[in-house]
Amino acid sequence: MLEINGLKVAVAGKVILEDINLVINDGEAHVLFGPNGSGKSTLLGAIAGFSRYQILDGEIIFKGVDITHKPVHERALLGVGLMFQRPPTIKGLSMRDMVRICAQGHEFPEELPQRLNFTDFMHREVNHGFSGGELKRSELLQLMAQDPDLVLLDEPESGVDIENIALIGESINQLLDRDGLNDKAVCPRRKREMRRKSGLVITHTGHILNYVYPDVGHVLFNGRLSCMGNPRELFGCIQKIGYGECVRCSQTCS
Amino acid sequence: MSDKKVLPQSFKKESPRRAYLDSLERLDILDRNRLVQTGIEFSGTDRSGTFMQMDDSIVHCGVEQPGVEVLSTEEAVSRYDWLADYYWKSVSPEADEYTAYAREYSRHGYFIRALPGVKASYPVQASLYLAENGFAQAVHNIVIVEEGAELNIITGCASGHAVRTGMHLGISEFYIKKNAKLTFTMIHNWGEDMYVHPRSGMVVEEGGVFLSNFVCMHPVHELKMNPLTRLTGPGALVRSNSILVAQPGVKMDVGSRVWLEAPNTKAEIIARALTTGGDILNRGHLRGDAAGIKAHLECHGLILSPEGLIHAIPELEARVAGAEMSHEAAVGKIAQEEIEYLMARGLSEEEATSTIVRGFLNVKMDGLPAELQAEIDRAVKQNQDSIM
Repeated sequence: MLEINGLKVAVAGKVILEDINLVINDGEAHVLFGPNGSGKSTLLGAIAGFSRYQILDGEIIFKGVDITHKPVHERALLGVGLMFQRPPTIKGLSMRDMVRICAQGHEFPEELPQRLNFTDFMHREVNHGFSGGELKRSELLQLMAQDPDLVLLDEPESGVDIENIALIGESINQLLDRDGLNDKAVCPRRKREMRRKSGLVITHTGHILNYVYPDVGHVLFNGRLSCMGNPRELFGCIQKIGYGECVRCSQTCS
Repeated sequence: MSDKKVLPQSFKKESPRRAYLDSLERLDILDRNRLVQTGIEFSGTDRSGTFMQMDDSIVHCGVEQPGVEVLSTEEAVSRYDWLADYYWKSVSPEADEYTAYAREYSRHGYFIRALPGVKASYPVQASLYLAENGFAQAVHNIVIVEEGAELNIITGCASGHAVRTGMHLGISEFYIKKNAKLTFTMIHNWGEDMYVHPRSGMVVEEGGVFLSNFVCMHPVHELKMNPLTRLTGPGALVRSNSILVAQPGVKMDVGSRVWLEAPNTKAEIIARALTTGGDILNRGHLRGDAAGIKAHLECHGLILSPEGLIHAIPELEARVAGAEMSHEAAVGKIAQEEIEYLMARGLSEEEATSTIVRGFLNVKMDGLPAELQAEIDRAVKQNQDSIM
C-alpha cells in the first residue's frame, strides 16, 4: 500500500525528518509513537502532501505510484485520507456540503451522521465553534464519506471525553475495515485476510489502543524511526522507561 | 480613491420618454437580462406590488395587496400633504453636491407604504433602471412602514446593456414606526463606467425592526454610499448585511452608520468584502447615545489578486456608560491551510478556492423569509460564476 524510502523532510528550512523508511502492506494498521516535536505530524503531512512540508530527499510510493511530488488532491483521489488533529473552519460551507465533497460523487450512507451522533451538526458551518470531540466526529464523518484506502489519523483521541472515545474507536475500526468482529456470519480470519484498508495512527496518550488494535508499532524520536515492534509491547515499554531509554535500548540491541 | 470627483453635472439631464408597460414581462429581453440578477420577478407573481422606473419614466407601477401603497414619490407628494413631514427629513439636501442636485432635478422614485398593522404577505419589488447612455438618473424614494405593519422590499438597480457610462443618484428615506418591521434587500447590477451615489437615511421607532441586505458584485466605476440609520425609540433594532465584490477598475466606498439614540436599541452591521482587483473602502460607524444599547460591527475582507485593496474602517463611538459596543475586522487572503484541507478531501486547488469564496459570500441573512434568502443565494451564485 505505502512505501517510504529514505525520506527527508524540512519545515521552513529546518530538517524535521531524516532517513525515514516505512512499509505498510495492504490491510495493515501501524501506530506511530513519539514525544512532542518528534515529527509525527510532519510525517503524516508529508504523506498527505501539504506545501509546508518540503521533501528534500527520498520517495513516497502509494499503490505503486510515486506520489512524492503530487499535489494534495491527486493523493486524495488515489485513496489517501487524513484525519486532521486541528482542522480549520470553513466559513459558509455546511457540513452537509462538505460531506458531499468528501464522497467525491459516490453514494454516501444517509445513516452515517446518525451513527456519529452528528445529525444536528449537518447544517452547521464546517468545524465552526465545534468542541474537541465534535471536531473528531466531524473529521471521522468526512473520512467515512471519503472512504480512503490509506487512513492517516493524527491523534484521534486528543480532546475527546471518555464517553465518546469508544465511539471514536469504533468509527476508526470501521474505516480500517476492522469492525464487526462479533459478526458471526463472517469468519474473523477470513475477514482479516480479505482486508485491504491500511492505516497509520499517531497516538500520544495510547488511549486509542484500548479500542483499535494496530499490527505494527514504530517509535519516532528526533526525526528518525528508531524502533519497531508489537504496538502494545512497545507502548508498555515506553510507559515504563520513557522514550529516551526505549530508543537507547533499540540502538544497543541493533 | 484619489480619482477626481465626478459630479452629476457632467452627465445628461434629459432622457427620452419611456412607454408604460402593463407588465414587466413586456420589457425588452436585453433589459430583462440585466435585471434578472437583481431579484426582479417579471411576472409579478409572489409580489405584493411592483414599481419600475426607467431613466425618468415610470414604466410600471401596481399593487396587489390591500393596505400597501406603491406610487411615484412625486405623485405621493401631491396626494398627501402630511408627506412634508417625511420628505427630505432624514436626508439633508445640503449634505453634498449630489443631494443638492437631487433636490433640483430628481424625478419620481418609489413611495411604498404599509398601513398600520398590515403585514404584506409577499415582497414589494422596485427597480430603478438606467437605460440612456450618459444620463444622470436622480430619484427620491420614501418608504413608510406604519405602526405594527410588516413589509418586505426587494430593489433591483441596474443599468442597461447599451449604457457605457452614467450616474445614478438615489435619495432614500425610510420610516419604520412603532413595532413595525421592514426587510429591505437591494441588489445592484451596474456597468463598468457607472457612477452610483445612493444617499439614505432611516428612522426606526420604538420596537421597530429594520433588516437591510445589500449585494453589489458587478463592476461599477464608483459606488459611494454611507447610509445613516437612527434608532430613535426604545428597543429598536437594525441588522445590516452587505456583500461587496470589486473587480479590477471598481472603486467602492461603502459604509453603514447607526446612531443608537434610545435605551435598549440594538445594531449589527456585517460586511463581506472581496476584491479580484478593485478597491473597497468599507466604513462602519456606530454611535451609542443611550444606556443598555448593544452594537456590533463586523467586516471580513478577502483579497484574491495581487492588485486590489480593502480598507476597513470600523468606528465605535460610545457616549454614555453602559453602552456595549464591539467590532471585528479581518482582511487577508485565503488561508493555504483551508485550501489544502479541501484538497485533502479531493478538490483541486481551483475548486477548493472557489468553494471557500462561495462560503465567504454565503452570508445567512437573519430574519429573511426562505424564498428571499433563496433569491439572494441565487443572485450571489450567478454573480460568482461570472467573477471566478
